[in-house]
Amino acid sequence: MNMPKTFILIPGRTSRQGTGLNEGKYSNDYLDEINTVLINPEDMQRLGLQDGDTVRMWTDYAEVQVTCKTDKGECPPGIVFISYGDKSSRLMQGETHGSGMPTSKGMDVQIEKVIAS
Amino acid sequence: MSIAEVEPQTETSLKVIPDATCTFCGCVCDDIELTVEDQQIKQAKNACVLGKAWFFNHHIEDRPQALIKGQPATYEEGIARAVEILLNAKYPVTYGLSDTTCEAQRKAVAITDWIGGNIDTTTSVCHGPSGMAFQTVGETTCSLGEIKNRADFLIFWGGNPAESHPRHFTKYSLMPKGDFLPKGRKDRTAMLVDVRKTKSAKAVDIFLQIKPRSDFELLWAMRGLAKGIDVDPRVEEKTGIPLDKLDDIVKQMKQAHYGAILFGMGLTMTRGKHINSEGLLGLARDMNQHTRWVAKPMRGHGNVTGADNVVTWSTGYPFGVNLSRGYPRFNPGEYTTSDLLARGEADAAMIIASDPMSNFSQPAREHLAKINSIVLDPKLSDTAKVATVAFTTATYGINVPGTVYRMDDIPIPLRPAFESPYWSDLKILTAIEKGIREKQLAVN
Repeated sequence: MNMPKTFILIPGRTSRQGTGLNEGKYSNDYLDEINTVLINPEDMQRLGLQDGDTVRMWTDYAEVQVTCKTDKGECPPGIVFISYGDKSSRLMQGETHGSGMPTSKGMDVQIEKVIAS
Repeated sequence: MSIAEVEPQTETSLKVIPDATCTFCGCVCDDIELTVEDQQIKQAKNACVLGKAWFFNHHIEDRPQALIKGQPATYEEGIARAVEILLNAKYPVTYGLSDTTCEAQRKAVAITDWIGGNIDTTTSVCHGPSGMAFQTVGETTCSLGEIKNRADFLIFWGGNPAESHPRHFTKYSLMPKGDFLPKGRKDRTAMLVDVRKTKSAKAVDIFLQIKPRSDFELLWAMRGLAKGIDVDPRVEEKTGIPLDKLDDIVKQMKQAHYGAILFGMGLTMTRGKHINSEGLLGLARDMNQHTRWVAKPMRGHGNVTGADNVVTWSTGYPFGVNLSRGYPRFNPGEYTTSDLLARGEADAAMIIASDPMSNFSQPAREHLAKINSIVLDPKLSDTAKVATVAFTTATYGINVPGTVYRMDDIPIPLRPAFESPYWSDLKILTAIEKGIREKQLAVN
Protein backbone atom coordinates (compact mmCIF):
# COMPACT_ATOMS: atom_id res chain seq x y z
CA MET A 1 0.00 0.00 0.00
CA ASN A 2 1.47 3.36 -1.05
CA MET A 3 0.97 6.11 1.53
CA PRO A 4 -0.20 9.56 0.36
CA LYS A 5 2.58 12.07 -0.32
CA THR A 6 2.67 15.85 -0.05
CA PHE A 7 3.30 17.89 -3.18
CA ILE A 8 3.19 21.49 -4.33
CA LEU A 9 0.45 21.96 -6.93
CA ILE A 10 0.92 24.52 -9.71
CA PRO A 11 -2.24 25.12 -11.75
CA GLY A 12 -1.62 26.96 -15.02
CA ARG A 13 -2.74 27.59 -18.56
CA THR A 14 -1.92 25.30 -21.48
CA SER A 15 -2.57 25.48 -25.21
CA ARG A 16 -5.02 22.59 -25.02
CA GLN A 17 -6.85 24.18 -22.11
CA GLY A 18 -7.15 27.40 -24.15
CA THR A 19 -8.39 25.73 -27.32
CA GLY A 20 -10.72 23.48 -25.34
CA LEU A 21 -12.15 26.50 -23.55
CA ASN A 22 -13.22 27.91 -26.91
CA GLU A 23 -14.76 24.61 -27.98
CA GLY A 24 -16.81 24.84 -24.80
CA LYS A 25 -16.39 24.06 -21.12
CA TYR A 26 -18.29 20.83 -21.64
CA SER A 27 -16.15 19.64 -24.57
CA ASN A 28 -14.19 16.40 -24.12
CA ASP A 29 -10.83 18.06 -24.80
CA TYR A 30 -11.37 20.75 -22.17
CA LEU A 31 -12.71 18.35 -19.54
CA ASP A 32 -9.88 15.88 -20.16
CA GLU A 33 -7.25 18.65 -19.87
CA ILE A 34 -8.51 20.20 -16.63
CA ASN A 35 -9.02 16.78 -15.02
CA THR A 36 -5.47 15.51 -15.54
CA VAL A 37 -2.62 16.06 -13.09
CA LEU A 38 0.95 15.79 -14.39
CA ILE A 39 3.40 14.13 -12.00
CA ASN A 40 7.19 13.73 -12.23
CA PRO A 41 8.24 10.15 -13.22
CA GLU A 42 10.07 9.61 -9.89
CA ASP A 43 6.97 10.61 -7.94
CA MET A 44 4.76 8.42 -10.14
CA GLN A 45 6.97 5.48 -9.19
CA ARG A 46 6.98 6.39 -5.49
CA LEU A 47 3.18 6.52 -5.45
CA GLY A 48 2.88 3.31 -7.49
CA LEU A 49 1.02 5.09 -10.27
CA GLN A 50 0.54 4.35 -13.95
CA ASP A 51 -0.72 6.80 -16.58
CA GLY A 52 -4.52 6.91 -16.45
CA ASP A 53 -4.87 5.95 -12.79
CA THR A 54 -7.36 7.97 -10.76
CA VAL A 55 -5.87 9.79 -7.79
CA ARG A 56 -7.39 11.61 -4.85
CA MET A 57 -5.80 15.03 -4.39
CA TRP A 58 -6.65 17.16 -1.38
CA THR A 59 -5.79 20.31 0.53
CA ASP A 60 -6.88 21.40 4.00
CA TYR A 61 -10.03 22.81 2.37
CA ALA A 62 -11.28 20.43 -0.31
CA GLU A 63 -10.55 17.32 -2.30
CA VAL A 64 -10.95 16.26 -5.92
CA GLN A 65 -10.41 13.10 -7.94
CA VAL A 66 -8.44 13.43 -11.18
CA THR A 67 -6.56 11.27 -13.66
CA CYS A 68 -2.76 11.22 -13.43
CA LYS A 69 -0.22 11.29 -16.22
CA THR A 70 3.58 11.23 -16.30
CA ASP A 71 5.03 14.70 -16.75
CA LYS A 72 7.48 15.10 -19.63
CA GLY A 73 10.30 17.11 -18.14
CA GLU A 74 8.50 20.23 -16.90
CA CYS A 75 7.88 19.42 -13.22
CA PRO A 76 10.75 18.63 -10.86
CA PRO A 77 10.11 15.99 -8.18
CA GLY A 78 7.72 17.28 -5.53
CA ILE A 79 5.84 19.57 -7.91
CA VAL A 80 2.70 18.57 -9.78
CA PHE A 81 0.85 20.50 -12.48
CA ILE A 82 -2.80 20.71 -13.50
CA SER A 83 -4.47 22.89 -16.10
CA TYR A 84 -6.31 25.77 -14.49
CA GLY A 85 -10.03 25.04 -14.21
CA ASP A 86 -12.82 23.68 -12.07
CA LYS A 87 -10.77 21.03 -10.23
CA SER A 88 -7.78 23.22 -9.40
CA SER A 89 -10.06 26.02 -8.17
CA ARG A 90 -12.03 23.70 -5.91
CA LEU A 91 -8.84 23.09 -3.91
CA MET A 92 -8.42 26.78 -3.03
CA GLN A 93 -9.49 28.21 0.30
CA GLY A 94 -11.90 31.17 0.45
CA GLU A 95 -9.46 33.33 2.42
CA THR A 96 -7.47 35.80 0.27
CA HIS A 97 -5.27 37.43 2.93
CA GLY A 98 -6.60 40.88 2.16
CA SER A 99 -5.71 40.66 -1.52
CA GLY A 100 -8.91 39.48 -3.23
CA MET A 101 -6.89 36.62 -4.71
CA PRO A 102 -7.10 33.14 -3.17
CA THR A 103 -3.78 31.31 -3.19
CA SER A 104 -4.26 29.36 -6.38
CA LYS A 105 -0.68 28.46 -7.32
CA GLY A 106 1.81 26.74 -5.06
CA MET A 107 -0.81 24.95 -2.98
CA ASP A 108 0.22 22.11 -0.66
CA VAL A 109 -1.67 19.00 -1.75
CA GLN A 110 -1.62 15.35 -0.80
CA ILE A 111 -2.04 12.67 -3.43
CA GLU A 112 -2.89 8.97 -3.24
CA LYS A 113 -4.02 6.37 -5.74
CA VAL A 114 -7.72 5.55 -5.79
CA ILE A 115 -8.38 3.46 -8.89
CA ALA A 116 -5.95 1.76 -11.26
CA SER A 117 -6.52 2.43 -14.97
CA MET B 1 -38.57 31.30 -27.95
CA SER B 2 -35.28 30.53 -29.65
CA ILE B 3 -33.50 32.87 -32.02
CA ALA B 4 -33.49 30.30 -34.82
CA GLU B 5 -37.30 30.35 -34.83
CA VAL B 6 -37.34 34.13 -35.11
CA GLU B 7 -34.76 34.88 -37.75
CA PRO B 8 -34.03 32.01 -40.15
CA GLN B 9 -30.95 32.36 -42.38
CA THR B 10 -31.76 32.49 -46.06
CA GLU B 11 -28.75 33.84 -47.96
CA THR B 12 -25.27 32.47 -48.50
CA SER B 13 -22.51 35.09 -48.35
CA LEU B 14 -18.71 35.12 -48.41
CA LYS B 15 -16.72 38.05 -47.14
CA VAL B 16 -13.24 38.91 -45.97
CA ILE B 17 -12.63 41.04 -42.88
CA PRO B 18 -9.12 42.55 -42.91
CA ASP B 19 -7.43 43.69 -39.69
CA ALA B 20 -9.92 41.93 -37.44
CA THR B 21 -9.09 41.89 -33.73
CA CYS B 22 -8.72 38.72 -31.71
CA THR B 23 -10.00 39.14 -28.16
CA PHE B 24 -9.09 35.77 -26.69
CA CYS B 25 -5.94 36.76 -24.81
CA GLY B 26 -4.38 40.03 -23.71
CA CYS B 27 -2.22 40.29 -26.85
CA VAL B 28 -5.35 41.56 -28.70
CA CYS B 29 -3.74 40.94 -32.11
CA ASP B 30 -5.39 43.30 -34.61
CA ASP B 31 -3.91 41.93 -37.82
CA ILE B 32 -6.19 38.93 -38.32
CA GLU B 33 -7.76 38.37 -41.75
CA LEU B 34 -11.06 36.56 -41.41
CA THR B 35 -12.93 34.74 -44.16
CA VAL B 36 -16.60 34.47 -43.27
CA GLU B 37 -19.20 32.30 -44.95
CA ASP B 38 -22.79 31.83 -43.84
CA GLN B 39 -22.21 33.32 -40.40
CA GLN B 40 -19.26 31.02 -39.79
CA ILE B 41 -15.60 32.01 -39.78
CA LYS B 42 -13.83 29.65 -42.14
CA GLN B 43 -10.30 31.09 -42.04
CA ALA B 44 -8.40 33.24 -39.57
CA LYS B 45 -5.10 34.19 -41.22
CA ASN B 46 -2.31 35.25 -38.82
CA ALA B 47 -4.19 33.92 -35.78
CA CYS B 48 -2.35 31.61 -33.35
CA VAL B 49 -3.69 28.27 -32.18
CA LEU B 50 -5.74 29.97 -29.45
CA GLY B 51 -6.98 32.68 -31.82
CA LYS B 52 -8.10 30.11 -34.38
CA ALA B 53 -9.98 28.20 -31.66
CA TRP B 54 -11.59 31.51 -30.59
CA PHE B 55 -12.76 32.46 -34.08
CA PHE B 56 -13.83 29.00 -35.25
CA ASN B 57 -15.90 28.10 -32.19
CA HIS B 58 -18.02 31.20 -31.73
CA HIS B 59 -20.86 30.63 -34.13
CA ILE B 60 -24.53 31.28 -33.60
CA GLU B 61 -25.98 28.66 -31.28
CA ASP B 62 -29.69 27.99 -31.04
CA ARG B 63 -30.33 29.04 -27.46
CA PRO B 64 -33.13 31.03 -25.85
CA GLN B 65 -32.69 34.80 -25.55
CA ALA B 66 -32.83 34.38 -21.80
CA LEU B 67 -33.58 31.82 -19.13
CA ILE B 68 -35.44 32.75 -15.97
CA LYS B 69 -34.92 30.03 -13.37
CA GLY B 70 -34.13 27.67 -16.22
CA GLN B 71 -37.24 28.48 -18.26
CA PRO B 72 -36.92 30.15 -21.72
CA ALA B 73 -37.85 33.84 -21.74
CA THR B 74 -37.53 36.91 -23.93
CA TYR B 75 -34.96 39.64 -23.42
CA GLU B 76 -37.71 41.98 -22.18
CA GLU B 77 -38.85 39.48 -19.54
CA GLY B 78 -35.26 38.83 -18.45
CA ILE B 79 -34.52 42.55 -18.18
CA ALA B 80 -37.63 43.19 -16.07
CA ARG B 81 -36.60 40.39 -13.67
CA ALA B 82 -32.99 41.64 -13.56
CA VAL B 83 -34.15 45.17 -12.68
CA GLU B 84 -36.30 43.78 -9.88
CA ILE B 85 -33.41 41.71 -8.47
CA LEU B 86 -30.93 44.58 -8.52
CA LEU B 87 -33.32 47.12 -6.99
CA ASN B 88 -34.36 44.76 -4.18
CA ALA B 89 -30.83 43.71 -3.23
CA LYS B 90 -29.14 45.13 -0.13
CA TYR B 91 -25.59 44.26 -1.19
CA PRO B 92 -25.43 43.55 -4.94
CA VAL B 93 -22.10 42.82 -6.61
CA THR B 94 -21.25 43.32 -10.28
CA TYR B 95 -18.45 41.03 -11.43
CA GLY B 96 -16.61 39.77 -14.52
CA LEU B 97 -16.25 42.25 -17.38
CA SER B 98 -12.93 41.07 -18.82
CA ASP B 99 -14.55 39.55 -21.92
CA THR B 100 -16.72 42.42 -23.05
CA THR B 101 -16.25 45.85 -24.61
CA CYS B 102 -15.23 49.00 -22.75
CA GLU B 103 -18.60 50.46 -23.70
CA ALA B 104 -20.38 47.64 -21.84
CA GLN B 105 -17.95 47.88 -18.91
CA ARG B 106 -18.78 51.57 -18.59
CA LYS B 107 -22.49 50.77 -18.48
CA ALA B 108 -21.93 48.12 -15.79
CA VAL B 109 -20.16 50.69 -13.62
CA ALA B 110 -23.07 53.11 -14.11
CA ILE B 111 -25.66 50.51 -13.07
CA THR B 112 -23.62 49.61 -9.99
CA ASP B 113 -23.37 53.29 -9.08
CA TRP B 114 -27.15 53.82 -9.44
CA ILE B 115 -27.92 50.89 -7.13
CA GLY B 116 -25.10 51.59 -4.64
CA GLY B 117 -23.48 48.22 -5.24
CA ASN B 118 -20.03 46.74 -5.41
CA ILE B 119 -18.08 46.51 -8.67
CA ASP B 120 -15.25 44.09 -9.22
CA THR B 121 -13.65 42.46 -12.25
CA THR B 122 -11.75 39.26 -12.95
CA THR B 123 -8.63 41.33 -12.36
CA SER B 124 -9.09 40.62 -8.66
CA VAL B 125 -8.27 36.94 -9.33
CA CYS B 126 -5.68 37.70 -12.03
CA HIS B 127 -3.28 40.63 -11.70
CA GLY B 128 -5.23 42.35 -8.91
CA PRO B 129 -2.23 41.97 -6.60
CA SER B 130 -0.12 43.74 -9.25
CA GLY B 131 -2.69 46.55 -9.26
CA MET B 132 -2.18 46.85 -5.51
CA ALA B 133 1.59 46.90 -6.03
CA PHE B 134 1.30 49.69 -8.65
CA GLN B 135 -0.26 51.85 -5.95
CA THR B 136 2.62 51.10 -3.59
CA VAL B 137 5.72 51.37 -5.79
CA GLY B 138 4.44 52.68 -9.13
CA GLU B 139 4.81 51.16 -12.57
CA THR B 140 7.77 51.72 -14.88
CA THR B 141 5.72 51.19 -17.97
CA CYS B 142 5.91 51.07 -21.77
CA SER B 143 3.96 49.94 -24.81
CA LEU B 144 4.56 46.61 -26.54
CA GLY B 145 5.79 48.68 -29.51
CA GLU B 146 8.66 50.00 -27.38
CA ILE B 147 9.53 46.44 -26.37
CA LYS B 148 9.48 45.35 -29.98
CA ASN B 149 11.68 48.22 -31.15
CA ARG B 150 14.02 48.66 -28.18
CA ALA B 151 14.16 45.81 -25.66
CA ASP B 152 17.50 43.99 -25.94
CA PHE B 153 17.07 42.19 -22.58
CA LEU B 154 13.80 40.42 -21.84
CA ILE B 155 12.88 38.69 -18.61
CA PHE B 156 9.73 36.55 -18.52
CA TRP B 157 8.87 35.86 -14.89
CA GLY B 158 6.21 33.42 -13.64
CA GLY B 159 4.51 33.05 -17.00
CA ASN B 160 4.46 30.69 -19.97
CA PRO B 161 3.79 32.85 -23.04
CA ALA B 162 4.50 29.96 -25.42
CA GLU B 163 1.18 28.46 -24.29
CA SER B 164 -0.81 31.34 -22.80
CA HIS B 165 0.08 34.15 -25.28
CA PRO B 166 1.44 32.30 -28.33
CA ARG B 167 2.09 35.38 -30.51
CA HIS B 168 3.74 37.45 -27.81
CA PHE B 169 7.19 36.06 -28.67
CA THR B 170 6.78 36.46 -32.43
CA LYS B 171 4.81 39.71 -32.70
CA TYR B 172 5.78 41.83 -29.71
CA SER B 173 8.82 40.72 -27.74
CA LEU B 174 11.35 38.02 -28.55
CA MET B 175 11.53 37.52 -32.30
CA PRO B 176 10.56 40.67 -34.23
CA LYS B 177 13.11 43.00 -35.80
CA GLY B 178 12.81 46.46 -34.32
CA ASP B 179 14.00 49.98 -35.12
CA PHE B 180 17.00 49.56 -32.81
CA LEU B 181 17.25 45.78 -33.07
CA PRO B 182 17.71 45.10 -36.80
CA LYS B 183 18.64 41.44 -36.27
CA GLY B 184 15.58 40.69 -34.16
CA ARG B 185 16.11 37.64 -31.94
CA LYS B 186 19.90 37.77 -32.37
CA ASP B 187 19.98 41.27 -30.87
CA ARG B 188 18.12 40.22 -27.74
CA THR B 189 19.00 38.30 -24.58
CA ALA B 190 16.05 36.51 -23.02
CA MET B 191 15.62 34.92 -19.61
CA LEU B 192 12.80 32.92 -18.05
CA VAL B 193 12.21 32.57 -14.32
CA ASP B 194 9.81 29.79 -13.37
CA VAL B 195 9.26 26.83 -11.10
CA ARG B 196 8.58 24.54 -14.05
CA LYS B 197 10.68 24.10 -17.18
CA THR B 198 7.80 25.06 -19.45
CA LYS B 199 7.68 25.19 -23.25
CA SER B 200 8.77 28.84 -22.99
CA ALA B 201 12.15 27.69 -21.57
CA LYS B 202 13.15 26.43 -25.03
CA ALA B 203 12.85 29.94 -26.45
CA VAL B 204 15.16 31.76 -24.02
CA ASP B 205 18.93 32.01 -23.44
CA ILE B 206 18.87 31.78 -19.64
CA PHE B 207 16.45 29.67 -17.62
CA LEU B 208 16.32 30.11 -13.85
CA GLN B 209 14.37 27.23 -12.34
CA ILE B 210 13.58 28.56 -8.90
CA LYS B 211 12.18 26.69 -5.95
CA PRO B 212 8.43 27.19 -5.40
CA ARG B 213 7.37 30.17 -3.30
CA SER B 214 10.77 31.88 -3.48
CA ASP B 215 10.08 34.66 -6.02
CA PHE B 216 10.07 37.36 -3.37
CA GLU B 217 13.45 36.30 -1.95
CA LEU B 218 15.01 36.07 -5.42
CA LEU B 219 13.69 39.49 -6.41
CA TRP B 220 14.93 41.07 -3.20
CA ALA B 221 18.36 39.46 -3.68
CA MET B 222 18.51 40.90 -7.22
CA ARG B 223 17.53 44.34 -5.91
CA GLY B 224 20.34 44.08 -3.35
CA LEU B 225 22.89 43.03 -5.95
CA ALA B 226 21.77 45.82 -8.29
CA LYS B 227 22.40 48.34 -5.52
CA GLY B 228 25.76 46.77 -4.58
CA ILE B 229 24.52 45.51 -1.21
CA ASP B 230 25.86 42.24 0.24
CA VAL B 231 23.15 39.58 0.00
CA ASP B 232 22.57 36.90 2.65
CA PRO B 233 24.01 33.70 1.12
CA ARG B 234 21.10 31.68 2.53
CA VAL B 235 19.09 33.01 -0.41
CA GLU B 236 20.82 30.30 -2.49
CA GLU B 237 19.22 27.55 -0.44
CA LYS B 238 15.84 29.27 -0.42
CA THR B 239 15.69 29.96 -4.17
CA GLY B 240 17.91 27.24 -5.61
CA ILE B 241 19.89 29.83 -7.60
CA PRO B 242 23.64 30.30 -6.87
CA LEU B 243 24.53 33.85 -5.85
CA ASP B 244 27.42 34.16 -8.31
CA LYS B 245 25.05 33.24 -11.16
CA LEU B 246 22.57 35.83 -9.93
CA ASP B 247 25.29 38.45 -9.66
CA ASP B 248 26.34 37.72 -13.24
CA ILE B 249 22.74 38.11 -14.45
CA VAL B 250 22.33 41.45 -12.68
CA LYS B 251 25.59 42.65 -14.29
CA GLN B 252 24.21 41.67 -17.72
CA MET B 253 20.98 43.50 -16.91
CA LYS B 254 22.94 46.67 -16.16
CA GLN B 255 24.66 46.44 -19.52
CA ALA B 256 21.38 46.28 -21.48
CA HIS B 257 20.24 49.32 -23.45
CA TYR B 258 16.59 48.66 -22.71
CA GLY B 259 15.32 45.89 -20.45
CA ALA B 260 11.77 44.65 -19.98
CA ILE B 261 10.34 42.33 -17.34
CA LEU B 262 7.10 40.67 -18.38
CA PHE B 263 5.48 38.92 -15.47
CA GLY B 264 2.64 36.45 -15.13
CA MET B 265 0.40 35.01 -12.48
CA GLY B 266 3.19 32.82 -11.13
CA LEU B 267 3.82 35.87 -8.95
CA THR B 268 0.32 37.09 -8.17
CA MET B 269 -1.39 33.77 -7.47
CA THR B 270 1.39 32.46 -5.21
CA ARG B 271 1.83 33.17 -1.51
CA GLY B 272 3.08 36.73 -1.15
CA LYS B 273 0.91 37.94 -4.07
CA HIS B 274 1.10 41.76 -4.15
CA ILE B 275 4.38 41.70 -2.24
CA ASN B 276 5.86 39.53 -5.02
CA SER B 277 4.69 42.06 -7.63
CA GLU B 278 6.07 44.88 -5.51
CA GLY B 279 9.47 43.20 -5.48
CA LEU B 280 9.46 42.87 -9.25
CA LEU B 281 8.26 46.41 -9.92
CA GLY B 282 10.82 47.65 -7.40
CA LEU B 283 13.58 45.79 -9.26
CA ALA B 284 12.56 47.40 -12.58
CA ARG B 285 12.49 50.82 -10.90
CA ASP B 286 15.89 50.29 -9.25
CA MET B 287 17.49 49.24 -12.53
CA ASN B 288 16.73 52.69 -13.94
CA GLN B 289 19.66 53.97 -11.87
CA HIS B 290 21.83 52.05 -14.34
CA THR B 291 19.95 51.84 -17.64
CA ARG B 292 16.35 51.82 -18.92
CA TRP B 293 14.15 49.03 -17.52
CA VAL B 294 10.39 48.59 -17.62
CA ALA B 295 7.94 46.00 -16.27
CA LYS B 296 4.54 44.95 -17.63
CA PRO B 297 2.10 42.28 -16.43
CA MET B 298 1.11 39.64 -18.99
CA ARG B 299 -2.66 40.04 -18.97
CA GLY B 300 -5.04 37.21 -19.69
CA HIS B 301 -8.56 37.70 -21.00
CA GLY B 302 -9.04 39.87 -24.09
CA ASN B 303 -10.23 43.04 -22.39
CA VAL B 304 -9.21 42.60 -18.76
CA THR B 305 -6.92 45.61 -19.21
CA GLY B 306 -9.92 47.58 -20.47
CA ALA B 307 -11.82 46.60 -17.33
CA ASP B 308 -9.01 48.05 -15.20
CA ASN B 309 -8.98 51.24 -17.26
CA VAL B 310 -12.74 51.76 -17.35
CA VAL B 311 -13.27 51.06 -13.64
CA THR B 312 -10.30 53.31 -12.83
CA TRP B 313 -11.41 56.26 -14.91
CA SER B 314 -14.96 55.84 -13.61
CA THR B 315 -14.27 55.35 -9.90
CA GLY B 316 -10.60 56.11 -9.28
CA TYR B 317 -9.75 52.47 -8.48
CA PRO B 318 -9.15 49.47 -10.74
CA PHE B 319 -11.22 46.68 -9.08
CA GLY B 320 -12.88 45.79 -5.78
CA VAL B 321 -14.78 49.10 -5.54
CA ASN B 322 -17.74 49.66 -3.24
CA LEU B 323 -20.22 52.40 -4.18
CA SER B 324 -22.78 51.90 -1.42
CA ARG B 325 -22.07 55.21 0.31
CA GLY B 326 -22.40 57.22 -2.86
CA TYR B 327 -18.65 57.55 -3.30
CA PRO B 328 -16.06 54.92 -4.24
CA ARG B 329 -14.15 52.92 -1.65
CA PHE B 330 -11.38 50.49 -2.60
CA ASN B 331 -10.39 47.62 -0.36
CA PRO B 332 -9.12 44.31 -1.77
CA GLY B 333 -10.08 41.48 0.56
CA GLU B 334 -13.23 43.34 1.61
CA TYR B 335 -14.83 44.45 -1.68
CA THR B 336 -13.41 41.76 -3.95
CA THR B 337 -15.97 39.27 -5.20
CA SER B 338 -14.26 36.06 -4.11
CA ASP B 339 -14.27 37.38 -0.52
CA LEU B 340 -17.79 38.86 -0.67
CA LEU B 341 -19.17 35.52 -1.77
CA ALA B 342 -17.02 33.26 0.42
CA ARG B 343 -18.06 35.29 3.50
CA GLY B 344 -21.70 35.15 2.44
CA GLU B 345 -22.12 38.93 2.29
CA ALA B 346 -23.44 39.68 -1.21
CA ASP B 347 -27.18 39.04 -1.62
CA ALA B 348 -27.33 39.41 -5.42
CA ALA B 349 -24.84 39.25 -8.26
CA MET B 350 -24.69 40.47 -11.84
CA ILE B 351 -21.98 38.53 -13.67
CA ILE B 352 -20.89 39.64 -17.11
CA ALA B 353 -18.87 37.30 -19.32
CA SER B 354 -17.30 35.29 -16.52
CA ASP B 355 -17.74 31.89 -14.89
CA PRO B 356 -17.04 32.10 -11.15
CA MET B 357 -18.98 28.86 -10.54
CA SER B 358 -16.08 27.01 -12.16
CA ASN B 359 -13.11 29.05 -10.94
CA PHE B 360 -13.92 30.40 -7.46
CA SER B 361 -13.29 28.64 -4.17
CA GLN B 362 -15.88 26.17 -2.90
CA PRO B 363 -17.41 28.48 -0.21
CA ALA B 364 -17.74 31.29 -2.77
CA ARG B 365 -19.50 28.97 -5.23
CA GLU B 366 -21.86 27.65 -2.59
CA HIS B 367 -22.99 31.17 -1.68
CA LEU B 368 -23.35 32.28 -5.31
CA ALA B 369 -25.63 29.31 -5.97
CA LYS B 370 -27.91 30.43 -3.10
CA ILE B 371 -28.44 34.09 -4.08
CA ASN B 372 -30.25 35.74 -6.98
CA SER B 373 -27.91 36.24 -9.92
CA ILE B 374 -28.00 37.70 -13.42
CA VAL B 375 -25.57 36.28 -15.97
CA LEU B 376 -24.63 37.59 -19.42
CA ASP B 377 -22.64 35.10 -21.50
CA PRO B 378 -22.53 33.93 -25.14
CA LYS B 379 -22.04 30.32 -24.01
CA LEU B 380 -23.64 28.11 -21.41
CA SER B 381 -21.57 27.95 -18.24
CA ASP B 382 -21.85 26.54 -14.72
CA THR B 383 -22.59 30.11 -13.57
CA ALA B 384 -25.39 30.52 -16.12
CA LYS B 385 -26.86 27.19 -14.95
CA VAL B 386 -27.39 28.48 -11.39
CA ALA B 387 -28.46 32.00 -12.44
CA THR B 388 -31.89 33.42 -11.74
CA VAL B 389 -31.70 35.21 -15.10
CA ALA B 390 -29.22 34.03 -17.75
CA PHE B 391 -28.99 36.09 -20.95
CA THR B 392 -27.52 34.70 -24.17
CA THR B 393 -25.33 37.41 -25.68
CA ALA B 394 -23.50 38.16 -28.91
CA THR B 395 -19.71 37.67 -28.81
CA TYR B 396 -17.56 40.79 -28.62
CA GLY B 397 -15.11 41.17 -31.47
CA ILE B 398 -16.85 38.51 -33.56
CA ASN B 399 -20.40 39.94 -33.57
CA VAL B 400 -20.11 43.15 -31.59
CA PRO B 401 -18.08 46.31 -32.33
CA GLY B 402 -16.49 48.43 -29.64
CA THR B 403 -13.17 49.08 -27.93
CA VAL B 404 -10.78 46.81 -26.06
CA TYR B 405 -7.45 47.54 -24.38
CA ARG B 406 -4.37 45.50 -25.20
CA MET B 407 -2.27 44.33 -22.24
CA ASP B 408 -0.10 47.46 -22.57
CA ASP B 409 -3.11 49.79 -22.09
CA ILE B 410 -3.43 50.60 -25.81
CA PRO B 411 -7.10 50.91 -26.91
CA ILE B 412 -7.92 48.97 -30.07
CA PRO B 413 -11.17 49.00 -32.10
CA LEU B 414 -13.04 45.79 -32.89
CA ARG B 415 -14.04 44.86 -36.44
CA PRO B 416 -16.80 42.26 -36.14
CA ALA B 417 -17.12 39.42 -38.64
CA PHE B 418 -20.88 38.98 -38.80
CA GLU B 419 -24.04 40.05 -37.04
CA SER B 420 -25.64 37.99 -34.32
CA PRO B 421 -29.36 37.78 -33.65
CA TYR B 422 -28.48 37.93 -29.95
CA TRP B 423 -28.13 41.23 -28.13
CA SER B 424 -24.78 42.63 -27.10
CA ASP B 425 -23.83 43.05 -23.42
CA LEU B 426 -24.08 46.80 -23.99
CA LYS B 427 -27.65 46.62 -25.30
CA ILE B 428 -28.81 44.44 -22.41
CA LEU B 429 -27.03 46.55 -19.79
CA THR B 430 -28.42 49.76 -21.33
CA ALA B 431 -31.93 48.34 -21.04
CA ILE B 432 -31.31 47.27 -17.43
CA GLU B 433 -30.00 50.74 -16.56
CA LYS B 434 -33.06 52.34 -18.18
CA GLY B 435 -35.37 50.07 -16.20
CA ILE B 436 -33.59 50.87 -12.95
CA ARG B 437 -33.66 54.62 -13.52
CA GLU B 438 -37.33 54.63 -14.46
CA LYS B 439 -38.23 52.83 -11.23
CA GLN B 440 -35.93 54.98 -9.10
CA LEU B 441 -37.27 58.23 -10.60
CA ALA B 442 -40.87 57.07 -10.20
CA VAL B 443 -40.29 56.58 -6.46
CA ASN B 444 -38.48 59.91 -6.03
